[in-house]
Formats: sequence, structure tokens, C-alpha cells
Amino acid sequence: MNPRATCAGQLMVSPAFLWLLIFFLIPLGIMLVYSFFQRGRYGGIVWNFTFSNYSQLLNPLYLKPILRSFWLAVANTILCLIIGYPTAYYISKRTPRIRNILLILVILPLWTNFLVRTYAWMIILREGGLINTILIKLGLINEPLQLLFTQKAVIIGLVYGYLPFMIYPLYVSIEKLNPSFLEAARDLGANRFQTFWRVMLPLTLPGIAAGSVVVFVPTLGAFVTPDLLGGAKVPMIGNLIQHQYLKMRNWPFGSALSFILLSLVLILLFIYIRAGSSQEQQ
Amino acid sequence: MNGITSRGKVKNIVQIQDLVKRFGEVVAVDHISLEVFAGEFFSILGPSGCGKTTLLRLIAGLEQPHSGEIYLEGKPTNGIPAYRRNVNTVFQNYALFPHMNVYENIAFGLKMKRASKGDMDSRILEALDLVGLPGLGSRKSKQLSGGQQQRIALARALVNEPPVLLLDEPLGALDLKLRKQMQMELKSLQRKLGITFIYVTHDQEEALTMSDRIAVMRLGKIEQLGEPSRIYEKPATEFVANFIGTSNVFSGDLKRDDGLLLTMTTPDGYEIKAISDDVSLPETATFMVRPERTQITLDKPEEDLNILPGTIQEIIYLGTVIQFIVSSNDTRLVVLEKNYRGHQQLSVDQDVFVSWDISSTIMLSGR
Repeated sequence: MNPRATCAGQLMVSPAFLWLLIFFLIPLGIMLVYSFFQRGRYGGIVWNFTFSNYSQLLNPLYLKPILRSFWLAVANTILCLIIGYPTAYYISKRTPRIRNILLILVILPLWTNFLVRTYAWMIILREGGLINTILIKLGLINEPLQLLFTQKAVIIGLVYGYLPFMIYPLYVSIEKLNPSFLEAARDLGANRFQTFWRVMLPLTLPGIAAGSVVVFVPTLGAFVTPDLLGGAKVPMIGNLIQHQYLKMRNWPFGSALSFILLSLVLILLFIYIRAGSSQEQQ
Repeated sequence: MNGITSRGKVKNIVQIQDLVKRFGEVVAVDHISLEVFAGEFFSILGPSGCGKTTLLRLIAGLEQPHSGEIYLEGKPTNGIPAYRRNVNTVFQNYALFPHMNVYENIAFGLKMKRASKGDMDSRILEALDLVGLPGLGSRKSKQLSGGQQQRIALARALVNEPPVLLLDEPLGALDLKLRKQMQMELKSLQRKLGITFIYVTHDQEEALTMSDRIAVMRLGKIEQLGEPSRIYEKPATEFVANFIGTSNVFSGDLKRDDGLLLTMTTPDGYEIKAISDDVSLPETATFMVRPERTQITLDKPEEDLNILPGTIQEIIYLGTVIQFIVSSNDTRLVVLEKNYRGHQQLSVDQDVFVSWDISSTIMLSGR
């Protein structure tokens, strides 16, 4: 390697590296250190080294939200896949002009503030809200349904928020698929389901994987959606962290929670990258 | 009516009746009717856009016609989708499934028919042997060369033992030598298996070499259908004459002299004679003669031949033959002579005579 090149390379990268260092790595390091110490009486920190912040996580009070985050992340991913795949397929089959319009429509909501959109769901789901009003007017129910401040509402909010992030990678994968593979399958005697299951699905797996990661990982850290749509009843890891930092002023415990979340995400990403590269080697 | 002989065996394994397929404004298949005999190597030949691939896909069931009917083994296929038709296709780009290895690719059709593992194993080994690639079962398609991929695509179709095999320009992506080799192999494979092949190509030489019969297509219609020799020696239209081989074409007014002899007077004033037993006499017509039926001489021949004077424009050395481009007034003539030593005396800009037997003149109809 040209020594000049590495020198120049390092020089060029260093502003980015510096930024990363100052605004990301060092704060993370500070948090990591905090997580091994204790909260002072009025907030702040007491320098007694302890593992209690981490061992506390085994308390069901905290374990439940952690497990719930996983469950909701899985549910969100699966629902986004079930809704997103047919949608992406439908879009890919349109004429180019319609396709572009539909793709813009998919992404358009993301240009609106997420908080505002989540409030909109509160209005739709609450007792005097859109759904209940329609159902009562139609005479299908007498009492309004409890839709808001339930886990269902959180899932609705999550799917709504993350669906575009699933649709795009799926669309790219599906659109790239050579239709003659599907035709060959039909020619060889495969019905629609078999063609989908044995040819289309395996060949669009990269899109499915990419979309799943982009949905699953951020969902783990969601806190706005469970807070607004779940009330205090559906806390996720993100809510816990927020609670510890802002309400309980327990920075050490909040840091420990954050690091657990970070570690889980890193492990999952690691597995994903490993799976991806071994598939390529095959 | 459906091509079933008195013995109950299907003679016309594919029968197409008045088939029409449109894509928007374009009529890709324009009222086509034809029959394919069981066990024959049948080619559909034509330039790009003539509808030949569409016709093949209609037979395969990958497209549905607007009107008309296709009978496979005597049974109508309208409304029957591709996966339930007893035909298989070899695609132009092979379409080997990239996420499966060779074995799994070939096994696909058998798996859809729920064949047992033992049955599949033996048939796949047989198929690999048949195409000359034993032992490649575990390779992935991207590890194969173009020629190998082509054979695996063939094996994948043949392993299902379809009565009719459809091939959509399968040799297009191969280099010349490999293509010629594969042409021979396909032909002998077809003879050995006795399966009906329906072969789509734009390469007229390929069609002439391999086929029992050829259907020449143009703009959605069949211009001529027949054995290769007939299509070559007696093209029905100017299009067929030009598409298959080269031709020297003349148009002009006609006069019938005595009985069988027709004399055409070209706008240049030359007379070209032809023999025609067709009683009807159109006022104007098109005559044609193949370059290899003409001779080129320095002196005017004395025999009773069609003779045109001209000047040599180009001499093209093709190895086994020499091609002369001669201009006769405004007409461009192509003469093909075997590579005799005698022609070394001829050179460009020489005045020569191009002549041919009256019986070699062919009369064409239509445009």
C-alpha cells in the first residue's frame, strides 16, 4: 500500500472520525462508566462501583418491558412483511408512471412529523374517536371499544410508522427479479403458490432481510409510540430508559438499560451480517 | 378435425386455428393456423418483431390468445394455464434458478409432479447424460459456462418427457463454433428421443440445417410453410426469398409467349424469361434468381439463357465461394461462383455478363 495514500486517507477521514469520537464514542464511554456506579440521592452520581444496575434487570418489573420490546419488534416485522410484500409486488407490476406515484405516496407520510402522526392515531383510536364513532353510528356496538392505551394500539402505531421502511427494500428486490424465472417455474408445472414459495420468495430474500433489519432494530428502541398510544400500560425498553433518565434521575440505571439495548442490537446485526456473507460465499 | 388419425394416435400433435394475439394496438399473431406433426423438428423463422416468440409463448401457455384455439395432442388448451400444459420450454436466457444447483434445477419439474426421490435421481442422472454433462449435479448455474447452462436448461425441460419441446432461440448467446456444434447435437437428440421440437429462430441457416419443416413469419402472419428445400428453391414471396439466402429480384411487365414461357421486360429494357405452369397472368410480377444459379463470364454466352450485362463492383472472397457484386444499369446483382481457378482473371470494373438458366428463374407473389 502506498504510504502516501494511507496518510492522505487518514487525513481525509479524520474529521469524520473526530466527530464520531467526540459526539458518539466518548459519550458512550461516559455512559458505560456510569452504568457501573450508583445514583446519588438527588440525582448525580456516587462513585461506588457496583453491578447492581445490571442485576436489577432480572427483576420482572424491568424484564417484562425488555421481553415485550422483543415481542413487539418481532410482531411489527412480521406484520410489516405480510402487508408490505403484496404492496411492493403490486407496485412493481404497474406502469412506470403509476409506480413512481405510488412510491412517492408510500414515502410521503415520512415527510410529516412523526409525533403529529402518532397524535392522529390517538384521535382515531380513542373512545370518542373516528373508529368508535363510526361503529356506534352503524349500530355494530353500543359501548365504545377500548382501543387506545392498549398493546394493540401500540402495534398499530408501530406498523403504520415502519411500513414504508419495509416496502422500499422489498420493492427493490421484487423489481429486480427477472420474470423469466417465474415463467420457467410455471412452465415446469408450478402453480401460483409453488412459484411464489419456491422461486419468488427465495430470490427476494435479500429485500426481506434488509427490510426486516430496518424495521426490527429501531422498533426495539421505540418509545414515542408506546408512550402515546400505550399510555403507561405498554412500556418498552425505550420508555424505561426515558423514565430512568428524565423522571427517576437514575443515570446509572438508565445507562445500564441503554447498554443492554445496544448490545442486543449489535449482536443481532452481527448475526445478520454473518448470515449475509456466508450466503454469498455459498 | 383435431388431427387424430383413425388409429386414435395423434398425428397433429399441435394444431393452431385462427389464433390472434394483440398487445394494445399491435397484432403480434394475426389469424395464424398451422399444424405440427408428431415427432418432427418444426422451426418458426422470422425477423425480430414478427411474432414468433409470442406464438411460442401462446403454445406454452405463458400468454393467452384473444381468439382462436390451440390443440395439444388433440385437446383444446384455451383457458388452461402454462403449469397444467404438457409442454416444456427452453428459454432464450436459460432462466436457470440461481438459488438452486444443477440437480435441483433439473428436479424442479419432477418435484412439481411429486416424483419419488429414487425416480427423480435416476431420471436426473439420465438427463445429465443425455446432454453430455454427467456429474455436474452440485454446481450452481453461475459456475457453468454458457454452453453448459444451455444444456442444463435443455435437461431441465427434457427430464419431464414432454411430448412437445418448445425452444426460444436457445443458441443465440453462444459463439459460432459452439452454436454449430449444438445445432447438430439438438438435431440428433431430437431424432433419438422422437419428441416434437418447436424451434424459434431468426437465423435462417440454423432453420435450414435443423428443421423438417419451417414456417416463415412476418408481421404476425405466416408467409410460407414447408420443407427447407422447398422454401429455399421455391420461395412464395419476395420477403421469403430475401430472408432465406440471398436473391436477385427483378420486377417488370409480363407477357406470355408460348405456353409455359413467360417473358418479363424490366424497366431497363432487358428481357428475363421464366417457366411458369400457372395459367393466370398478372400484369406485373417479381422474378428472382439465386446467386449460386448464375454464372459470370467475360464473353456473352451463346446459349438460350437469361443474360444481363454489367460491371463488377466488388469481388468478395469467401473461401469456398467467391461473391461478385455486379451492377447492371441500376440493378445490383449478386453472383456466387465456386472457387475455381478460372476466376482469377476477373477484377473490379470489368465488363461482364451474368447469365442463368431459364428454369432457375422463380416467380414470386406478393411483396
